[in-house]
Amino acid sequence: MNIPVYLLLIPFLPLASFIFTLLYGKRLGDKAHWPPIVAVVISFLCACHAFDQVLHGTHINADLYTWFASAKFKASVGFLLDELTAVMLIVVTSISTLVHIYSVGYMHDDPGYYRFFSYLSLFTFSMLMLVLGNNFLQLYFGWEAVGLSSYLLIGFWYHKKSASDAGKKAFIVNRFGDFGFGLGIIVVFLVFGSVHYDTVFSHVHEAVGQTFNFLGFDFDVISLMAILLFCGAVGKSAQIPLHVWLPDAMEGPTPVSALIHAATMVTAGVFLVARCNPIFSLSPAAMNLVTIIGALTCFFAATIALVQVDIKKVIAYSTVSQLAYMFIGCGVGAYGAGVFHLYTHAYFKALLFLGAGSVIHAMSDEQDIRKMGGLKKYLPITYFTFLIASLSISGIPPFAGFFSKDEILAMAFASPVGAGKFAWFVGTVVAGMTAFYSFRLLFLTFHGEFRGTEEQRKHLHESPLTMTIPLTLLAIGALAAGWVGVPEVLGGENGWAHFLSRVVGHPEVHLSHYTEWTLMIISVAAGLTGIYVAYVMYMVRPEIPVQLAQKYPKLYDILFNKYYVDEFYSATIVQPTINCGRKILRGITDGMIIEGVVNGVPSLIGKFSKVLSRFQTGRVQQYGSVMALGAFILLWIFM
Amino acid sequence: MDYGFPILSSLIFLPMIGAAALLFIPRSHEDDVRRLALLIAIVEFLLSIPLWFQFDKTTHLMQFVEKRPWIEAWNVNYYLGIDGISILFVLLSTLITILCILVSWTAITEKVKEFFASLLFLEGAMIGVFCSLDFFLFYIFWEAMLIPMYLIIGVWGGPGRLYAAIKFFLYTLVGSVLMLIGIITLYFHGGHTFDILQLSSQSYPFKLQMILFWAFFAAFAVKVPMWPVHTWLPDAHTEAPAAGSVILAGILIKMGAYGFLRFSMPMLPQATQAMMVPMLVLSIIAIIYGAIICLGQDDMKRLIAYSSVSHMGFVTLGMFALNYQGLEGAILQMVNHGVVTGALFLSIGIIYEQTHTREIADYGGLASITPIFAGLFLVFTMAAIGLPGLNGFIGEFLIILGGFASKTWAGFFAATGIIIGAGYMLWLYQRVFFMEKNPKMVALGLRDLNCRELVTLLPMLVLILWIGIYPNVFLSYMHTSVAHLLEQVNASTGGLQANSHGIIECALRFIGG
Repeated sequence: MNIPVYLLLIPFLPLASFIFTLLYGKRLGDKAHWPPIVAVVISFLCACHAFDQVLHGTHINADLYTWFASAKFKASVGFLLDELTAVMLIVVTSISTLVHIYSVGYMHDDPGYYRFFSYLSLFTFSMLMLVLGNNFLQLYFGWEAVGLSSYLLIGFWYHKKSASDAGKKAFIVNRFGDFGFGLGIIVVFLVFGSVHYDTVFSHVHEAVGQTFNFLGFDFDVISLMAILLFCGAVGKSAQIPLHVWLPDAMEGPTPVSALIHAATMVTAGVFLVARCNPIFSLSPAAMNLVTIIGALTCFFAATIALVQVDIKKVIAYSTVSQLAYMFIGCGVGAYGAGVFHLYTHAYFKALLFLGAGSVIHAMSDEQDIRKMGGLKKYLPITYFTFLIASLSISGIPPFAGFFSKDEILAMAFASPVGAGKFAWFVGTVVAGMTAFYSFRLLFLTFHGEFRGTEEQRKHLHESPLTMTIPLTLLAIGALAAGWVGVPEVLGGENGWAHFLSRVVGHPEVHLSHYTEWTLMIISVAAGLTGIYVAYVMYMVRPEIPVQLAQKYPKLYDILFNKYYVDEFYSATIVQPTINCGRKILRGITDGMIIEGVVNGVPSLIGKFSKVLSRFQTGRVQQYGSVMALGAFILLWIFM
Repeated sequence: MDYGFPILSSLIFLPMIGAAALLFIPRSHEDDVRRLALLIAIVEFLLSIPLWFQFDKTTHLMQFVEKRPWIEAWNVNYYLGIDGISILFVLLSTLITILCILVSWTAITEKVKEFFASLLFLEGAMIGVFCSLDFFLFYIFWEAMLIPMYLIIGVWGGPGRLYAAIKFFLYTLVGSVLMLIGIITLYFHGGHTFDILQLSSQSYPFKLQMILFWAFFAAFAVKVPMWPVHTWLPDAHTEAPAAGSVILAGILIKMGAYGFLRFSMPMLPQATQAMMVPMLVLSIIAIIYGAIICLGQDDMKRLIAYSSVSHMGFVTLGMFALNYQGLEGAILQMVNHGVVTGALFLSIGIIYEQTHTREIADYGGLASITPIFAGLFLVFTMAAIGLPGLNGFIGEFLIILGGFASKTWAGFFAATGIIIGAGYMLWLYQRVFFMEKNPKMVALGLRDLNCRELVTLLPMLVLILWIGIYPNVFLSYMHTSVAHLLEQVNASTGGLQANSHGIIECALRFIGG
C-alpha cells in the first residue's frame, strides 16, 4: 500500500525544519521561528486531513522501507493511521503549533533563539514518529528520540548546573524504563516472530497460557511481555518509582514544560499501554499492576503538590498525578477513557503551564508563589484562562476535565479488575486534593495582595499577543474538549468511546443510571470541597496553613521534600555505583589485583623495559631485521 | 572469483611502499611529507572503493582471491581474499587512515616522516591481516602491526608513553606466542597446510580443539581486549597520540574479534560451543565492569578507553551468542565502535591540541565557546550510548536480541550496560560542554573547528547517520558469510544450538520450557 503524501508530510516537515533551522537559523536571527512554525502548521493541517480520512473509514498500515533486517528479524520504518493515531496526531500537532507561537513571545530575547526552535521541531518530528509507527521498533525510535529532545530542551540553559543536571537525570532515569521496554520488544519478537503491531496483535491469543523461561523462572508469557513493556511507560510517564525526573525537568523553558512535560511526551506511556491493549487485556496481573501503580502515583504526587511553593513544581506534580489517572483508566480496561483524559489533559495542562509561563515572564523570572499574589488585575487574560484550566483540572462540569475524569472513575468503580474499587476510592480522594492544590495555586498567585518587590511590581505587564492568543485558544480547548465524550446518562452520545472502540475496544461493564449519577455527584462534590477548603485556607483565613505546618512539622517536611525519594536513590544507587567505579574497580581491582596478577609483578615490567630499551632505538630498519630473524627462526623450526 | 587486477596486494603494499618513499624526503620538507602521506592514503582509499561495488553478496566464498606458492617446502602460500566478514574492515581501515593523517597534521611536529611512515606501514599490515587466508602470512602481518603501533605509542605518545608502549607490546607478544604454538599444532594436525579455508573445513578431536581454543584465546582476548586482560588498553589509549588511539580503537582491537570469527569459530566449532557460557560471562563482566569503571575516571581519554572495554564486551557477547542476530550485530558493532570511538578520540585529539590537558575537570562550558565542536561531539556521544537513528543502536539491539535468544540472562545483563553507558557518557558531556565556562578554557581563547578538523570529523558523522538510518546496506554484505559461519559452527552438533533460520525454534524452545 502506498503512503499518501499528507501522512508523510506530518512528521517529515518538522524534520526538515529541524535540519534547516539548526544549520541556517543563526543567520535568520529573530526570524528563526518561521521555518518551524510553517512546518508545524502544515503538519497540523495534514493531521486534520488525516483525522478526517479516519472519520470516513480510511485506515493505513504501510512500510516506507526496511530499517534493518537480520534473518527473521525485520524492523521497518512504517506508518499506521487509525483512530488512536489520529487522536494523538491532533493532540500533538495542535499543542505543538500553539507552543511554537507562544515561544515567539516567551523566548524573544534569548541568545539561543534559533536553537530553541530547531529543538522544538526535532521534538515534534520525534513525537510524530512515535505515534505514527506501525511497529515496536519505530515506537522505540520515537521513544528515545523524544527523550533526546527532552534532554536537549530541559538542559537548554546548559550553563546552569541545575539545568544540565536535570536533563541528564531525565535521560538516565528514562533509560531504566527503556531497559525493560527494550527487553519487552525482544520477548515480543521471540514469541511472535515479528515486531509489527498487526501481526503481533492478531496472534496474541495463541500465546495465552504459554510460559517463557526468563532468568531461570517460568513466566506467563503475556504477563511478562506486558510488564516489561510497562516498564518503559513507567519511565516516560513519570510513574512511581521512576517519577523523580519530571519535577526536575521544570528547569527547561516553560513552553517546553507545557509541550513535552505535560501535554505530549509524558503521555507516550499511556499511548503505549493503549496501543498494546490486546496484550495487556489478556494479563490480569499486568492490568492490576498498571492500576495499582496508577493509584499509588496518583495519590503520592498529589500529596506532594499540596505544599510545593514553586509554581511550576506544583503543576509538575499535578501532571504526574493526572498521568496516573490515565493509567488507572487503562489498567481497568477503559483504554478509551484513559486516552480521553490524555486528550483533555493536554489542553488544560498545557494551558496551566503556559499561564504559569506568562506569570513568570511578568514577574521577571520569579517562580516562588509566596512572592506573588494579586496578579489578577495586571494579567487579566492570563488569570481568566488560568481559572478555566483550574476548573477543568478540578473536574467541575461542564469543563473538559470533568468528563474524562468522571469516565475513568466510573469505569474503575465498575471494573472487574481486582484493584478497580481501590483505584476508584483513591481517585476520588485525589480529585478533591487536585482541586485544592490547583486553587491554592490560583489564589496565592492571582488573588490577595502582591508580595513581590517594588521592582517586580513596576515590570508587571500582560504578555504580548503571541502569548495570549495561544492561551485563549487553549482555554477554549480546556472548556470544550470534553464535549465530544458526553456520557449517555447526561444525554450525550459518548462519541469518543465509539470512535476509539475499534482500536481499544470497550469494557463490558454495566452501571445503572442511578449509580452513574451517584458517582458523578461524589466526584464533583470532592472537587468543590477541594476548592472550598482552598478558598478558606488561602483567602479567608490565611493563618491556617501556617499553623498546620507548625503543628505537623514532620509531615510537612516529608511532603515538602517529596518523601526524600531523590535522597534515597542517591544514597542507594547513584553514589554506591560511582564509588564502586572510582574506589573499588579503579583503585583496587583494576589498579592492583588485575594489574598485579596479569602483569606478574609490576616491577617485572620495569626490569624488562631496561632490557627492551636497548633495542628501542626507534629505527624501523632494525625492527625489520629483527623480524626477518624471527621469520628465519620460524622456518628453521619447521625444517 | 579471480578479479584479474591484484587489488588486495595493491592495498597492502601501496601504503608500505609509500611509507618507504616518505623516508627519502628530506627532513626539512615536512609539509611535503604530510601531503604525500595524505595523497597515498587517499589513493589507497579510492583503490578500496571498487571492493564495495564489485563485491558479490550472494556467496560466502572468498573474493578477489590471489594465490601464489610462496615457500613450497612447507606448503606456505601467498594467499589473499576477502568475504562478507572482512570487507567492511578493509574499507574502514582505508578510511580511518586518512582521518588519522588529517588529525596528526599539526599535532605531530617531531620526527614527522617517521610518524607518517609508521602510520602507512601500519595500514598495510592491518589490511594484510584482514585479507590473509594463509596462517603463516596472517601471522607475519599480525606481528608486523605490532612494531609501528609500538613506535607510535612509544615515540609520539604522552608523558607515560614508555610504560604504556612496553605494556602493550608485552601483552600482545605473550598472546601471539601462544597463538603461534597453536598455529604450528594445527599445521601438524591439519595435514601440513597453513590454508585457513582448508583448516576450517576439517574436524579435530575435541580435546585438541579445546587446547587450540585457549591458545587462540590468549592472542585474541588480549587484542579485543576482554576482561581481565584489558589493562593494557587504558594505558595505551591514554598515552598514544590521537592518531594512535583512533587506529587502536578503530581497527587494531577489532583484530581480536576478527580472529575469533575467522579462526576459533569455524576451525574449532565444538570447543566454541562448549566455551559459549564462559565467553558470555566474560563478555558480561566486561560490559558492566567497563561501564562502571568509566564513572570513576578523571581523564577523558581513559574514560573513552574503558568505554571501549564495555563496548567490545557487547561484540564478544554477540559473537558467542552463536546465532544470526548476535553475529551480525557483533560485526556491525565492530564497525560502529570503530566509527564512534574513533570519532570520539579524533575529537579529543582535536581539542587536546589546543588545551594540552585531558583532565575532565579542566574543561567546562565548551558548548558556548566551541558550539560546532560541541554539536558534533553530542552526536558521537549519542551514537556511543545507542540512540536509535544512530549507528550504535542497531548493533547493540541485534546483540542484545541475539544474546537474549541464546541465554536470557546474557541479554538481560548486557542491557544493563546501556543504562550505565548513558550515565558515564552524559556525565562526561555535561562536565566538558555544559555548565559555566571554565576560566582555564576562557583563558586559552579556544577557537571552534577549522576546515581541516571539520573534514576530519564529517566522514564519521556521515557513517553514524547512514548506518543508523539505513544499516541494511552494511548488513547485506554479511548475510551470506554469517550464515555460512553458523553452518560451520553448528555442523558438528547438528545445529540445535542456533542456526541461520532457527531463531524462532530457539524461541519456541524457551517457550516450551
